[in-house]
Amino acid sequence: MTQTSTDPRAAWLIRLGDSALILGHRLSEWSSRAPTIEEDIALSNLALDLIGQTRALYSHACALEGQGRNEDVLAYRRAEPEFRNLLLVEQPNGNFADTMARHLIFAAYALPLYEALAGSNDAEVAGIATRSAREMTYHLRHAGEWMIRLGDGTAESRDKAQEAFEDLWAYVPELFEADDLDRKVAATGFGVDPSTLRPAFDAAIDAVLARATLKRPVERHGISGGRKGVHSEHLGHMLATMQYLQRAYPDAVW
Amino acid sequence: MTEKATPLWEVFIRPRNGLAHRHVGSLHAVDAEMALQNARDVYTRRGETFSIWVVPSAAIIASDPGEKDVMFEPTASKIYRHPTFYEVPEEVGHM
Repeated sequence: MTQTSTDPRAAWLIRLGDSALILGHRLSEWSSRAPTIEEDIALSNLALDLIGQTRALYSHACALEGQGRNEDVLAYRRAEPEFRNLLLVEQPNGNFADTMARHLIFAAYALPLYEALAGSNDAEVAGIATRSAREMTYHLRHAGEWMIRLGDGTAESRDKAQEAFEDLWAYVPELFEADDLDRKVAATGFGVDPSTLRPAFDAAIDAVLARATLKRPVERHGISGGRKGVHSEHLGHMLATMQYLQRAYPDAVW
Repeated sequence: MTEKATPLWEVFIRPRNGLAHRHVGSLHAVDAEMALQNARDVYTRRGETFSIWVVPSAAIIASDPGEKDVMFEPTASKIYRHPTFYEVPEEVGHM
């Protein structure tokens, strides 16, 4: 059934897709709840970008592994331990500053990732990465501009922005942890070793923090496990909502 | 965030195949940069846009609707200002 992919290239792409899907779904939870109608639409756009990236990554992974799975099976028929997303992206939306801080952190990691992946020796992957990098450039700008305004805004918005970074920073080290699979796909020129992305991430984050007049959180020992399928309690609740329809009515179509 | 803190902006978009920016609507945003981002998200979702202008609504000087008779009524009776009295020769074709 829905086992972990036996093809390392597919397994690695599914990891990227998992993070994009989970964050995309999280953002979609803001629909009709955002502070303004403009931001409501903006958040939905960001969510749709991520879900579009997921579809491309999943589809190509399914083609590579050739096990007869498709994107819907990956999204709707797997349980928490089979998801390999970063713990950062499954964290609840919290307040608006929490969501924007989470998104800034993710975009500052994903942009250099996709930029590097645009040089993949797999033409399809390179194409997906090129398009995704363009989208993540906008995501980074949107989240960055908001964090600057929240940080350099009122006393209350500043406190909330700083608190958001402090709360989420524990999930930062995991973004740059590399395991055997990362090293394997990077060595063959197919994928990217995430540990190489840290300098670009730091530069992007520092640029925003400086303009936002916020402090960089002290980096303690991080929390990780996403790459192994060990998740926080939040993912299961999210999947229960996201997968409900396909679980209750398998193969339902429009 | 209160209404007072988020000014209104007018959005003008130049479509891919258009020559001029056209007014498409308005939105709220804290400043010019965010107004541009919001305009992108609200009004350009279907890939039809080449360029965006945002203008603070307060910067627009509008005519007074109460004065419309003074402003526009006199033109209504001057049909000779419309170029409808010319015979267009066949050879010119569609103008």
